[in-house]
Amino acid sequence: MNQTPFKFEKTNRSLMDLLFEPPSVGKMSPVAKVVVYTFLAIWSVFVLFPIYWVVITSFKDAAAVNQGPFYIPFVDFQPTLDAWRSQFNSDPYCDLSSIARQFYLLAYNSVVFLISPVLSLDPMEPQICKIYLAFTNSLVIGVVSTVFCVAVGSMAAYALARIQYKPKFGNILVFVGLALLTIVATAYAGIPWWVSSTVALAMFFFLARAFGRHFRRSLGNGDILFWIISQRILPPIVVVIPVYVMFQAVGLLDTHLALIILYAVSNLPIVVWLMHDFFVNLPIELEESAQLDGATRFGIFWEIVLPLTRPGLAATTLLILVLNWNEYLFAVFLATVKVQTMPIMVAAKNAGEKGVFWWEMCAVIVVMIIPVIVMAILLTRFISRGVLLGAVKG
Amino acid sequence: MDNGQPGATPAVSSLNESWGEWFDRHSGTFFIAPAVTLILIFAILPTFYSIVFAVSRVKFTAEGLTVRFVGFRNFSKQLFGTDQVHFLGKTAPVGLVGMAFFVIVTGFVLWWLYRSAKTSTLVGMIGRCISAAMAIFLAWILGASQLSGNSIGTLYTTLFYVLFGCGVQFLIGTGLALLCSQPIRGRSFFRVIFFIPLMVTPLGVGYAMKMVADITKGPFEPVLRFVGLEKWVWSADPWSARFVMMICDSWQWIPFIFICMLAALENVPRDHIEAAEVDGASQTQIFREIVWPQIVPVAVTVLLIRAIEAFKIVDLPNIMTGGGPGSSTESMTLHSVYVWRANDIGTSAAIAYLLLILTVVVCASFFNYVVLGRLRRSRA
Repeated sequence: MNQTPFKFEKTNRSLMDLLFEPPSVGKMSPVAKVVVYTFLAIWSVFVLFPIYWVVITSFKDAAAVNQGPFYIPFVDFQPTLDAWRSQFNSDPYCDLSSIARQFYLLAYNSVVFLISPVLSLDPMEPQICKIYLAFTNSLVIGVVSTVFCVAVGSMAAYALARIQYKPKFGNILVFVGLALLTIVATAYAGIPWWVSSTVALAMFFFLARAFGRHFRRSLGNGDILFWIISQRILPPIVVVIPVYVMFQAVGLLDTHLALIILYAVSNLPIVVWLMHDFFVNLPIELEESAQLDGATRFGIFWEIVLPLTRPGLAATTLLILVLNWNEYLFAVFLATVKVQTMPIMVAAKNAGEKGVFWWEMCAVIVVMIIPVIVMAILLTRFISRGVLLGAVKG
Repeated sequence: MDNGQPGATPAVSSLNESWGEWFDRHSGTFFIAPAVTLILIFAILPTFYSIVFAVSRVKFTAEGLTVRFVGFRNFSKQLFGTDQVHFLGKTAPVGLVGMAFFVIVTGFVLWWLYRSAKTSTLVGMIGRCISAAMAIFLAWILGASQLSGNSIGTLYTTLFYVLFGCGVQFLIGTGLALLCSQPIRGRSFFRVIFFIPLMVTPLGVGYAMKMVADITKGPFEPVLRFVGLEKWVWSADPWSARFVMMICDSWQWIPFIFICMLAALENVPRDHIEAAEVDGASQTQIFREIVWPQIVPVAVTVLLIRAIEAFKIVDLPNIMTGGGPGSSTESMTLHSVYVWRANDIGTSAAIAYLLLILTVVVCASFFNYVVLGRLRRSRA
């Protein structure tokens, strides 16, 4: 018997087959290839065009913007650096020493705030041109808030993944009732907020100690996790009005601290959600053996668990950093002069008596979006490795 | 309490333990306390505080804040009173189509409620009643405003942004993910390019889109002139303004759907698809029978997340049209912001609360009947 091995004949296929049939399993036919690449190319243009338009507008002068659309630099208009120069020419203090002074001011003012109950010092006033001010503010608020949020959030996520909590249902009801009473007393009866909240807190601990053991029903970890994640549903506009009043009462309006705290809280649900998924999927044996060797819980978290989730931690941090950098609604309510962030600065360019200087605004927008585009490119590296999207499948 | 877990708390605590031991024994509390405290103070407390504002007249005076209780007047002003046209839309002459729509939807919802009454528990039934009431209310408003030829208010503008935006973005995003999951070169390049818009500052997107969509100095001016639409002003007609808003919103949010669906598609085992190809299945059959059932769990979760974020839309309409023409592109958040600017804090909080109720009921209904319902069916 002479058995010839089966061979796929490529040569004698008709033209239609050549065009419409894939050459082998797992490949595409030529026509399908053309269609796919066409669609992808069209979408790439759709995505990149607005960004391209902003970038070239920042190199236009007034005439090139106002006399109708011009598309390609050097071909149909002559690019200038006027818009960029005017960011620095309009204000004094646009040099390196101003930036250094701004960072010193941030440290100095936070110390002043911390010791203010004991010793009242005058905080420093910023002396720096607007674009540097906005950029340093955005940077400091974004980075500090991200670090804070990821630290607090991943601790909570780890705890929810590994420790059993059983908050009593009744205690929660007591807490809600006392919180409502406190707010009503503060708002209508005019009792100072620190008196009513201290009394309420003391009463809560007393009541929880006294009656807590009589409550039967308790909640589990899943309920706490759901409660934290569901905070994301809360529209920020619901929170921001009372928060404005609260910060006004403690004199924190227009400070970095206010924005740092608020950004951190608004992103906590995302951190907890993503990090919980990483921690749950870690093998528990490592932690058990470290436990047997006498490591403390915090030691396990810091030296074993966190290094193991490093890619997830990095990806989460990047995501939160981008969200903080982009935040606008909280900033527009709480930051007026001294802590203007980049989005606020861009929006302020819109309000001119002589009309909007689009070229100047575009220059600021470019400064604002370059960092996020860099972070987006870094983030896609994590996403393509499958980090970050595990939580979505839950 | 938690035997078998690492770090089970020792049952006996000696009196002369060190601070470190004490700290370690209570580590469970220390791990979770910061997050819970922060959320309680800066999310839960303000939410309660908002209730107080929503039922009050609030004034900023020299010595601080004066709050006077007015009952539900702020809410009734939105639903029945002077702000009704702004919030719900014009509902006065109800047309035949609107009436028919309302009756059909109501009948359908009541039949669904009656059918599920036999099987569900008491709590489930209460939830269903709330969902049904919301559905009937929304059907009445839609029937009385848009379907009777009247204008719609910020409530339905928001819902339009959510429903239409989610739908279109889901279709295009999934389509792009399907294209990108084909065996092509340069996949990671396209992935980076397509992901970027999601990360660009929404405010920057707003201004960029305002420039690009400009009809006299924007890049599409020659195109419009060529088509003969140089007199057409998209921002003058309510629906065209809303659709332009949705195009710009899609530019930003399609990447989110795309990136999640692409990850889901790449998780579908290749050998299943190749086996089906060898067996002679067509591409549609492969998609319907093999790919789709495996990506549906991600799809519903992604839609839920997208819907939650879509309810918060504020930057784009604020920048591109300022809510105009009239108030026809105003979302509920923007409505609330404008009322706040007019120093009417009580009404602003009331609108914010109505948005919260709408978001929670719609998202919880979707979660319960679609996400969990699918889980229950797959287990059964």
